[in-house]
Formats: sequence, structure tokens, C-alpha cells
Amino acid sequence: MQAVVNKQQSHAHGGARSLTALKRGESGTLDRIDLPEDDAQRLMELGFLPGHSITRAHSAPGGDPRVFQVDGSEVALRRETAVHLILR
Amino acid sequence: MDDCHGAPTATLPQPPAAGKQHIVAIVGPPNSGKSTLFNRLTGLRQKVANFPGVTVEHRMGRARLDHHREIYLVDLPGVYSLHPRTEDEKVTHDVLAGTMEGLPKPDAVILILDSTNLSRHLSLAAPILGLGLPTLVVLNMADDLHGRGGEVDPAELSKQLGTPVALISASRGSGIEKITEFLSGATLQQLPRPPLVELPVLQNVPKIRDWAANIGRRTKYRAPAPPVWTRRLDGVFLHPVTGLVVFLLVIIGVFQTIFAGARPLMDAVQAAIEASGRWIEATMPDSPLRSLIVDGIWSGVGSVIVFLPQILLLFLFIGILEDSGYLARAALIADRTMAKIGLQGKSFIPLLSAYACAVPAIMAARTIENKRDRTATILIAPFMTCSARLPVYTLVIAAFIPEKPLLGIFFGTRAAALLGLYVIGFLAAIVTARLLKSTVLKSTRAPFVLEMPPYRWPTVQSLALRLIDRSRVFLRRAGTVILAVSVVLWVLSNLPLENGKAPEIGNSYAGMVGHAVEPVIQPLGFNWKIGIGLITSLAAREVIVGTLGTLYGIEGTSESMNLQSALRHELTPGGAAALLVFFAFAMQCMSTLAVVRRETGGWTWPVIQFVYMTLFAYVFSFAANRLISLWF
Repeated sequence: MQAVVNKQQSHAHGGARSLTALKRGESGTLDRIDLPEDDAQRLMELGFLPGHSITRAHSAPGGDPRVFQVDGSEVALRRETAVHLILR
Repeated sequence: MDDCHGAPTATLPQPPAAGKQHIVAIVGPPNSGKSTLFNRLTGLRQKVANFPGVTVEHRMGRARLDHHREIYLVDLPGVYSLHPRTEDEKVTHDVLAGTMEGLPKPDAVILILDSTNLSRHLSLAAPILGLGLPTLVVLNMADDLHGRGGEVDPAELSKQLGTPVALISASRGSGIEKITEFLSGATLQQLPRPPLVELPVLQNVPKIRDWAANIGRRTKYRAPAPPVWTRRLDGVFLHPVTGLVVFLLVIIGVFQTIFAGARPLMDAVQAAIEASGRWIEATMPDSPLRSLIVDGIWSGVGSVIVFLPQILLLFLFIGILEDSGYLARAALIADRTMAKIGLQGKSFIPLLSAYACAVPAIMAARTIENKRDRTATILIAPFMTCSARLPVYTLVIAAFIPEKPLLGIFFGTRAAALLGLYVIGFLAAIVTARLLKSTVLKSTRAPFVLEMPPYRWPTVQSLALRLIDRSRVFLRRAGTVILAVSVVLWVLSNLPLENGKAPEIGNSYAGMVGHAVEPVIQPLGFNWKIGIGLITSLAAREVIVGTLGTLYGIEGTSESMNLQSALRHELTPGGAAALLVFFAFAMQCMSTLAVVRRETGGWTWPVIQFVYMTLFAYVFSFAANRLISLWF
């Protein structure tokens, strides 16, 4: 149940960079998912695994949700979710 | 011919009897081509069914192995794991564990995985192999894998997993014979249990993923290059400018198709129904039975069958959008806007379709995997101004609102009134969506995820099967629920007999009901005649026009001028406004109720929806009546 209090802002995680910091085409390595166990597992099943590289791809017009290339597939996440995926 | 019992229904699979029939479950992650394989194996010998107590659908079908033998196949929902978190996962888990009510434990499992994404998809192999059932691992999309320079060694993978492995392309039909071979083994129960390979701890996703990666490495799996065409197309379809243009063109295309494109086909069906009705009328002697058949059953069921072309066109469109991969992009583009009313991108196409008709729209909500979002979408869809409301709106507006220009010649008072009715319907949908999503259908905090599958050419077979399946579901409903309601409505309007003849409608049971409800609807400005119209229009909204015509002794819609003056005589301006508002909000449509029951798996939601919409309509009609009465 971490990060239930901190909802939207990436800098709420003590300056740690989240997926939202990635620019189009930029890659980063996932460090951890600050979401409840079940949600984190679901994201991990989709390929968002700690230690794996994630590349930011296209986004919807307006920039939200964004598509990420991860573990051989492309998955779109809303900003509200992406801020909880913290990069190394 | 061994399965031919003389009835056409013999081609539909019957529920398998435990112990006699062999059942093989097809399992796989979403977008692995599971349904394409299922269609390949079963063709038309399949049907959609719901498990008791859950809304998750599964398809059951029969695969013909040779001249003598068949096997039952169950197509389970797409899942990434057997961890029972969602309803889909729970159903898959329960079926495979043999604890699903009404279905014996499967004899074997076909696990289908996308070979272009094997490292990740192999993760599902761990829990499936852990079940200890005879398993065939099918690696799909072999053509795509090789086309993009990827490689996999099925023999080596078979050795590593301890199960047979088949490399196939379900969309092209190559490699299917290996599956038939496996199924033949399943009927003879000759399948060896898989040897117990060492499996990772099932709750630990990273561990499973490492296990899958190791297997991939040992079998010299080479992942294919990224799909170049998909990247290029996304460059256009998800471009901030061209992406929006394409999106709008697709929306206009869908709207135009179901609104205007379906019109000639619907007119043709309508003409055929009327012509055949007249033919029956001409061949039968005048009797209550003839009236029941022609005026009750034929026109009642016919008024619903008329929607078939619209439904088929919409599903053809949605089929192409979904199978090609564009639907996921459209959902991505629409997500931000839909999120504002508590819904998500995938609700967009169903809600748009509801402007033509709520029935196909509610069926289209199947593309939404999230059950709560799907239910919310189904519940608000009937607030969208469907085409069946137009005859009612046109009649009442023409009778009560004098045409005056507001913005030159293009936009007058009547157009403004019509637009206003569209707007209040839309607002009611938003308010209801917010209400639902902040209370009973509050999203579990599960994050919104949307997979973007690579673009693929839709296959004719898959599109055709989808259309046949939709028509079957729709026609079966027309033949049961709607048939029954049509008969009931006919009985109400034609009994009790007066001197052996149908009564004046005012003296019929419907008339009695009309009189009985008059005190209730009187605050809205409606009299008992309007009351009868409200009751008969439960069959379909536009039926009220015909009913009022009958009540005022006016035959045929060409006399609508007379009907207008009759209405002006009958209703105050306040009552007219109330009638418009009532039709904007009330659930006056048994077809919609029947399809909601089907799609939500029970009567709970349709009953709640009916009561809610009727109360909503009542309150606002009352307000409209009072408000307008102050001015006029």
C-alpha cells in the first residue's frame, strides 16, 4: 500500500524520475513500481519489470495516455499510472 | 452425416455430457490469436455461452477430427496469468481446475502463444504446465516471426517444456494439422501427462519472467525485429494532427454507415416484412388469429428484425477496426475525453453507435474488457438519441413549435429544439456515468492499461464468423423475448372481445391500463390516450406515433398533419414539452432491455436501468410541464 497518499506528482517520490520523465524515443530502466501488489503484478505481467528497459513511444494527442515499448510489445498507460513507475 | 438428426440445430454444439465427450480448453494471453485458432478449428460449429453466475463469456465449439470423431473445444478469456484477480482470470482458473459449475474438467489444454513475443508469453506456460494436464503449446504467428527475421526451435522448446509444441499461423491455416493430431490423441486419452519440469514460484512475476527468458535462451529463440509497418502507421495514426484527422474520418465513417448507409437495406427489409405481412393477411380468413399473426407477431418481430442490417454493418466496421489493430489506437485517442466522465477510451465507439441504435451499441461494448466500465457504458448508452426517437420528436416538434429562423435559414427554432433534445440526452448520459462511476461501479483502482497490437490485415473468415455470430444472437432474441412481448402487447390492445370482435382501443385492456395510469401521468400533462401510447411504445419508441394515429382514428402516416392538429388539441404546450423530455430519457425499448439482460448476464441491471431511466424521465417531464406551463 505504498504511495497511496502521493497521487499525481512525480516529484512526490523524493525527486525520483518516473516513466513520465521519458521523452519520445528515450529509454530508461525500471527500478520499482510504487503501486499496490495486485496492480504492480498486473503491470509486471505486461512487461513492466524492474531491471528491464522501457522506451517511450507515441502518445495520444495531448500527451496522455502514452505508449511505452516494453518487453517486445507496446502498452499505453495513463499519466496517473505512469508516475508510479519509478526509473533507476 | 453422423451428427445429422434432421434438425438444423444439429450443427450447434450441445453441452457436453460429463464423462462421454472429450473437452479441450484453449488458453492464451490477449492478442495471441486464440480466437482465430478457435474459428479455424470449429468454423460454424460454435456458440457463445455464459458460465452460471458470471458475465464472462466463453465460446464452445466442436472440432471435426475425421468422419467419426469430434471433440469439444472451450475458448477461454485471454489472460496473462492464472492468478485469479479479474473475473476473466478466475473463470480460466476455475475451468482448468475443474471447479467450474456446468463444465467437466478439460481432458487437455491447448496453450496458444504469440511467437513474435515469446519471451513474455512463455510466462503463462509456467502456471498452465503446473496444472498437470496434457498440454500442447502452440506458437502462433509463425509467418510474422519469420517475416521479421525471428527464429524459434519448436523441437528444442518441446524438450525444454516436456510437452509437444506446434509452430503455426492461425490466420493462414499453416501447421493446423499438428493440432488436429493432438486433439485426436485427446479423444483416445492417449496423451501423456507432461513430465514435471522444474517450474518457478507462481506468485513471483519476475521469477517467472526469468524462467521464460532462460527457456527462450536455451531454445535459441531470436526475437523478431520491431514491426516496421506498425511504427510507420502509428507515425500517422497517432500523430497529433493527422492522427486526429484519421480518427474523425473513422468516426464520421461509422456514423454515416450506421445512419445513412444502412438505410436502403433497412428499407428493403421493412418492405419485405410488410409485403409478407400483407401476403399472410390476404391468404388467411379474417379472424383474431390473423390479427395476432399480422398485427402482433409480424409487425412486432419485424420492427426489431429491421435493425439487422444496421447491426451487421456496425459489426463489420468494428470487426475491421478491431482485427486491424486500429481500435486500440482509437481508444487511446478517445481516452482522455472519456476519462473526464469516469469512463475510458474503449467506451467511445459503443456510445457513438448508440446515436443510431442502442441495441448494436450495447453489443459493441464487448470490446471493453474492464467489467465495470463495460457495465457503465451499457447503462448510459440508451440515453444517446437513437434514430427511433426521431419520428416522435419530429411529430411533436412540428405540432407545437412554430418554425422561426434563429441563425438565418440554416438554423431555425425546430432544429434548435431537436438539437436541444440531443444535448439533454447526452447530458443525462454524463450525469449517469458520473453517478455510476462514483458509486456502485467505482473503478477498482486497477490502472488503465491498453495494449497496442501490431497492425494486421483482418481475415474474411474472422469477419464473416463475427457477423454470423452477431446475427444469430440477435435473431434468437427477436424470436424469443420480443416475440413474447409482441404477443402480450397485442393481447392487451385487442382483448376483451366485443361481440366477437376486437374492441375500440379505449375499451381494450391497454385502454384500461391507460385509464389506470392516467392519475400517475396526469402531473406530466398526459391523458389516458398518451398513456396507451407510452405502453405500446415499450415495443419500440416510434410505435407511439402509430398508436396515437389509431387512437385518433387516423390511418397511415400521410395524415400526419391531422395527427399534429389532434395532438395540439390533446396536449398543452407543457404536456408536449413533457412528452419530448419523457422520450429523451425513458427506457421505452424492449429490444434494448433484452440485449442488456443478455450482455450483463441477468435481469438485475436491465431492471435497475428501466426503473432509473423511467424515474429520471418522470421527474424531468414533470419539471418541463410545470416550467413551460408558466410561460404559456
